[in-house]
Amino acid sequence: MIARLLTGAALAALAVGTTAVGTAHAQQGKVSGDVIKIGVLNDRSGLYADLGGEGSVVAVRMAVEEMGGKVLGKSIEVIAADHQNKPDIGSNISREWIDRDGVDVIVDVPNSGVALAVQEVTREKKKVFLAEGPATSRLTGDACSPTGVHWAYDTRALAVGTGRAMVQEGGKSWFFLTADYAFGHQLEADTAAEVKKAGGTIKGSVRAPLNTADFSSFLLQAQSSGADVIGLANAGGDTITSIKQASEFGLMQGGKQKLAGLLIFLSDVHALGLQVSQDLVLTTGFYWDMDNEKRAWSEKYKAKTGKMPTMVQAGSYSAVRHYLKAIEAAGTDDGPAVVAKMKEMPVNDMFAKNGKILANGRMVHDMYLARVKKPSESKGPWDYYEIIRTIPGDEAFASIAESGCKLTQ
Amino acid sequence: MSTIFGIPPQALFGQLLLGLINGSFYAMLSLGLAVIFGLLNVINFAHGALYMLGAFVAWLLLTQLGLGYWWALALSPLIVGAFGVVLEKLFLSRLYKLDHLYGLLLTFGLALIVEGAFRHFYGVSGQPYPIPRELTGGQNLGFMFLPNYRGWVVVASLVVCLGTWFAIERTRLGAYLRAATENPVLVQAFGINVPVMITLTYGFGVALAGLAGVLAAPIYQVSPLMGSNLIIVVFAVVVIGGMGSILGAVLTGYSLGLLEGLTKVFYPEASNIVVFVIMAVVLMIKPAGLFGRER
Repeated sequence: MIARLLTGAALAALAVGTTAVGTAHAQQGKVSGDVIKIGVLNDRSGLYADLGGEGSVVAVRMAVEEMGGKVLGKSIEVIAADHQNKPDIGSNISREWIDRDGVDVIVDVPNSGVALAVQEVTREKKKVFLAEGPATSRLTGDACSPTGVHWAYDTRALAVGTGRAMVQEGGKSWFFLTADYAFGHQLEADTAAEVKKAGGTIKGSVRAPLNTADFSSFLLQAQSSGADVIGLANAGGDTITSIKQASEFGLMQGGKQKLAGLLIFLSDVHALGLQVSQDLVLTTGFYWDMDNEKRAWSEKYKAKTGKMPTMVQAGSYSAVRHYLKAIEAAGTDDGPAVVAKMKEMPVNDMFAKNGKILANGRMVHDMYLARVKKPSESKGPWDYYEIIRTIPGDEAFASIAESGCKLTQ
Repeated sequence: MSTIFGIPPQALFGQLLLGLINGSFYAMLSLGLAVIFGLLNVINFAHGALYMLGAFVAWLLLTQLGLGYWWALALSPLIVGAFGVVLEKLFLSRLYKLDHLYGLLLTFGLALIVEGAFRHFYGVSGQPYPIPRELTGGQNLGFMFLPNYRGWVVVASLVVCLGTWFAIERTRLGAYLRAATENPVLVQAFGINVPVMITLTYGFGVALAGLAGVLAAPIYQVSPLMGSNLIIVVFAVVVIGGMGSILGAVLTGYSLGLLEGLTKVFYPEASNIVVFVIMAVVLMIKPAGLFGRER
């Protein structure tokens, strides 16, 4: 699609306050290009646009505003682009951004396939990559990088949360409906491992192409497998369609089979409506209505976007805020030095309390097991989750030894 | 349990039925494309966007005016058809003298604009549209659970496809239309207003897309992307059936739906490309398509 390619290249640039360097500071010389440039790279037009998209850009700008628009006396610029869920486009934009535009950090990048490509580019160029949208635990496993940090969630945390909870509730045998690319495969593998560990069995799986319009055929295969639980190892628009059609085909009727949405975002529940999505159990790294701090930030975000943030959008804010604070502390925007500093500092903001970044780049924080409310329980729009359990970070995320990351720190 | 190619026959029947349902959408959309191409020689790339528009009009009627599904079924195609008439009068009618490529580029551009506008206002996750109360629930057929609504889609699409084929191939009006495309000057000499007829034909083809959009709304999310997801496959269907062949478009629509359904059982990873593999093969063996004639 020629036209989409063109729009993909279009960049939204934040107003740059050109700063005359007044207060001489010993560390100012350490900022490349005299500006901190943040590139938000995500799906801005496809099936993942609502869970990240422009919302992530808004969240990043909120972090920048909070820092007063400046770090070490240098201005901060935010740009954005659409990777269209294509790894080649994603890595091209990353290279252009870093080589030509002097981008210091790439943020978000949903779609694990694209994220793995961007991880390689940022590793090679020694620039920071703050992964929010992508799920694959490989980013801090075999594909880990000294400048890559994975923030909001990952496939392992989802597996531990939802996978374990469903088995404990009696869902012993599983059948997976998997998105056929890096993310789906990893989510299926991680969840299957967790299910087996908890004493469950795997009856089979079917792999559906990304962005499938009709899941009924796959759902029917899942139904005839006779498994207790049908695990949806997909995301965004694919999850929405499969849940909607599962309800149409009466999969959950009679209570014989349960649907486990392994990755469900607030935006998905909003789009589905509570009638269809009620009682789904899901794992999330963030929910707006948990404490005053989260509520206050989320209301501010909603005033700008008209929506409550997903965990990806809230995480983008948190990660960029921590990154900017680390630049301040390190006195430089040099990729490896900043990430090393980020790993030293605890993460304390509205998103996470006492979060810590492991040597492999995994930001460890509490995750939450939630149940989608029934329409009768919800007080209005965006009142969607009931938090059933807090999953401690050390339980949710893999340790460095488990992760398989070969980084020698 | 006995099996066919390693699949229990019950599962196979279920998949075939699902294929038929998806085929219904392919057939209805490719029918509209075939009518427009056959009679206007325009490759209407805006068809997917107009299908999306049909679904959105239904959703807007429901949420803004409180008009339910059956109203939408009647009104939405009319509104989309009227929109099509405006498009034809304003833009397309200027391009008939030029190469096909110009019509294709124009309609492609229009599709991007319409989709982009809806994406801007409504996001990509889509809006939920409930299944009409009369058609909720389903039948247990023994080998599968058939939602009533999907059954209705198959019936409705069969009626529409057969009706259109009959109107164009077997009635006097259809004869005028076909004659007007063969030799517009001669037909005009008989006192028939050819430009108006052409405009209405485009409006009708587009209304078919709108109707398919309404039928699709309760099954899929009403999403700005729903058209672009489908349009490429539908074009492949038209190419395989033979550009401009109405019967070809309908038959190919249903049979490719079935074939795709089978692929989803035997090799799901290939289900989104099987149609294009067939298209490539057909183009090599019979370039005019299975039911097309060389011009």
